[in-house]
Amino acid sequence: MTTAAETPAVRAAANKPSDQPSRFRGALAKAFNGSVATSVLAVVVALVVGAILILAADRDVQRSAAYLFARPGDFFGAVWDAVAGAYSALFQGAVFNISSSYTVGQFFNPLWDTIAMSVPLIFAGLGLGIGFRAGLFNIGAQGQIVFGAILCGYIGFSWHLPVGLHLLLCLLGAVVGGAVWGFIPGFLKAKTGANEVIVTIMLNSVAGFFLGWLLTLAAFRKPGSNNPVSPAVDATARFPSFFGTAVNLGFVLAAAAAVGVWWLMERSTLGFRIRAVGANQDAARTAGMSVAASTVWVMVIAGALAGLAATSQLLASPEQQLNADIAGTFGFDAITVALLGRSRPLGTVLAGLLFGGLRAGGYLMQASTGTPIDVILVLQSVIVLLIAAPPLVKAIFRLPDPERRRQKESKRAKSGLAAEVAA
Amino acid sequence: MRLELRQITKRFGSFVANDAIDLVVEPGQIHALLGENGAGKSTLMNVLFGLYAADGGEILLDGQPVRFSGPGEAMAAGIGMVHQHFMLVPVFSVAENVAMGHEPAKALGLIDLPKSRALVKEISERFHFDVDPDAMVEDLPVGAQQRVEIIKALSRQAKILILDEPTAVLTPQETDELMAIMRQLKAAGTSIVFITHKLREVQAVADAITVIRLGKVVGSAAPTASQTELASLMVGRSVGLGVAKAPAEPGPKALEVSDLSLVEPSGLTSLDDVSFAVARGEILAVAGVQGNGQTELTQVLLGLRHPTAGSIRLDGRELAGLSVREVLDYGVGFVPEDRSKDGMVASFTIAENLVLDQVSAAPFSKAGALDIGAIADNASRQIEQFDVRTRGVDTPIGTLSGGNQQKVVLARELSRDLRLFIASQPTRGLDVGSIEFIHARIVEERDKGTPVVIVSTELDEVLALADRIAVMYRGRFTGIVPPDTPRDVLGLMMAGVPYEEALAEHKAHAATPGALAAGAAPAVPADPEEGARP
Repeated sequence: MTTAAETPAVRAAANKPSDQPSRFRGALAKAFNGSVATSVLAVVVALVVGAILILAADRDVQRSAAYLFARPGDFFGAVWDAVAGAYSALFQGAVFNISSSYTVGQFFNPLWDTIAMSVPLIFAGLGLGIGFRAGLFNIGAQGQIVFGAILCGYIGFSWHLPVGLHLLLCLLGAVVGGAVWGFIPGFLKAKTGANEVIVTIMLNSVAGFFLGWLLTLAAFRKPGSNNPVSPAVDATARFPSFFGTAVNLGFVLAAAAAVGVWWLMERSTLGFRIRAVGANQDAARTAGMSVAASTVWVMVIAGALAGLAATSQLLASPEQQLNADIAGTFGFDAITVALLGRSRPLGTVLAGLLFGGLRAGGYLMQASTGTPIDVILVLQSVIVLLIAAPPLVKAIFRLPDPERRRQKESKRAKSGLAAEVAA
Repeated sequence: MRLELRQITKRFGSFVANDAIDLVVEPGQIHALLGENGAGKSTLMNVLFGLYAADGGEILLDGQPVRFSGPGEAMAAGIGMVHQHFMLVPVFSVAENVAMGHEPAKALGLIDLPKSRALVKEISERFHFDVDPDAMVEDLPVGAQQRVEIIKALSRQAKILILDEPTAVLTPQETDELMAIMRQLKAAGTSIVFITHKLREVQAVADAITVIRLGKVVGSAAPTASQTELASLMVGRSVGLGVAKAPAEPGPKALEVSDLSLVEPSGLTSLDDVSFAVARGEILAVAGVQGNGQTELTQVLLGLRHPTAGSIRLDGRELAGLSVREVLDYGVGFVPEDRSKDGMVASFTIAENLVLDQVSAAPFSKAGALDIGAIADNASRQIEQFDVRTRGVDTPIGTLSGGNQQKVVLARELSRDLRLFIASQPTRGLDVGSIEFIHARIVEERDKGTPVVIVSTELDEVLALADRIAVMYRGRFTGIVPPDTPRDVLGLMMAGVPYEEALAEHKAHAATPGALAAGAAPAVPADPEEGARP
């Protein structure tokens, strides 16, 4: 029997050797369930770090820094011009373009691009978020997107079906492709305990090379071309776009998927079980839930959503082809999106829009101010870094950290006691 | 080296784990620290080893007051500790494990492994440990791993060796080997503090015995003291946690367990041919020192683990081999022994926790969709019925006190019609008010005609609730006895003594009351604080 008092001692003594993996999981879980404040502040810090890099890369700033003390005004003017120029270009490239406006539709063209860019991130991010809440660290969205793309693309260019039906089957193909590629690591984890992180990473490579091989086959190669690209997807399978903008039905589906994921996690028994297993596996098992079933379901759903991420690439107008780079870096960026969105559907949508905006705006920023687009990558990386280490954000902004404070207090109490005893 | 602890006090919040404990260990002595689990033995040793800072009292080594701020300092002072759970790196060799922490270094900071190897060899030969310095620790049997821990302590020149429940993980043969090693170490001048709750082992090796109960020294005894004396010291006297309980009216037999066995992957037998039956309207309390198979018994009954052999029949249906889901659906209510680990999801709301194991069925869900309204209604009702003190049904359960958490768990399990109710340690760590409330609810469930199985290591609880008592020792039932069985008889049975023998010993002592407890006053006086134990 262990009383409340002996428990910490026994635990501290007993669990030390086996503590490592669970501590690793705990830290990750914390990162994926962080507070809204952490997410927002991480973005702010990232923008500041980005600004410093913009300055370092700017020629005017470098030149004026040489005679900083002679004419400081030049330097600070250059600093302002560089940062303001780059970020306003980023903004204009992501939301609306002040200079070239003929119609309201064109005025917001950048925003439509942002939305279009965000769709795959939202789809894949939603799936990953479910996994993170279930305690699964699914790094396999990349491979799941590839498999979704393979099935979706093949149906799109090789079957010739009427409008509507064709699109529906393409979507179904994407779902099935991603789900199958998610099922494999889920099943392996449930049955054999295989680490899902390693399996999914490896399956990413497998999927990538499999696609590369498929594109060498006649069935997947565009007739008369030597390049590893498929024929274009039929017009009957493409998403209708809205008012000639870049936004198409894909975004509506992504938004619907977000609502669906919310319902699944908050209002369905399956979501209840997924959350319970994610929060306390032992209690879930004791309550008669199957951890294995939850694991498989989560990976299948995450895979299906990641598979859908491929559709926004393949089924958009103008015509699209399956190629080796179809998944881009969406699978990995989606991890950041889920992280920033705290694994919640609304957060994921907002984070997806932000990242879509960074992608869309980055091009204009590079074109109009010469700021390297790599700054965008740095912004994303800094965001990940800060969200993965909430105490760092809190230290930067001097926010109270309840855990830290408690430790400090007990330390103070202890040293006070020691002083008392010594005296 | 002579070790003296004076008035050591250690508090955790309002709970006093060690209350002014005095202990003297003479050089070359094996001093047994005897007490039930939770009595405060390990806490005391953790204070000595520098893992906890004492709230009061002092430690003297050879008459000199010392103060350790961590295990490193304690080891430097000549104190070695072998924890119940070994602190070894499984993928390191024995020599590497022994070297770890104070590696003998060569030039350039290279580890002098040959030196460590020689050291292991030397100690191993001196005490006939038979440990290969190059063996991987993970390949060694548990007994040998323990010897590695002892070598580790000795290699750091330990003059005082603390063995925390060293036999808990050993087979009987390994236990005998350990006893021999302890005697050898003693002959070599090492003092040993031997923490245990097993009476026979104490009698076998100890030179002096100190008994701790509820954080206090309640007596000391010579190794010649009988097991009855030790048992009565250890378990103390009843304080009568009063549950107004009508006599049981047992109905027909509902649960019949026969020849139940469970063999661990390691080959240890944790359930050994257990058979019992429980009737409707009857509470069977399973008593015993923790780690004697009670946990495994409840796990097997619930279907969390499947028995190696035997059957569990409940109302005519075989439960062995069914999944937890099927067992729960058949009408088994279960309160796990570790509430926060197995009984609830801390981040979930009270309402969610109240339906944790019933969420997939009506009325809480329909076709896979949760009925939020029904879940909330259920929560309000249960909170009122079970007097859960909370701000609202949407409060995360992790923010409640232990007593209120346990009420939620109990409310969940008792809120439906049951064929069998199993509760393990139902009141562990709770305040008196909650204990009484929960005991009353359990008795109420019995009076509804449900067969009830309670597993408890608290003898007070067992005596308060039981209509029959089963005593468990090393995976077997030592016996199933009536609820008015004297405490010291139960204590003996908990140490593996069969009922008749224990009863005979009890009667012999009752005839000569003066012979009780060598060092201690008339056994243990009823302790006024006992009931206040959280």
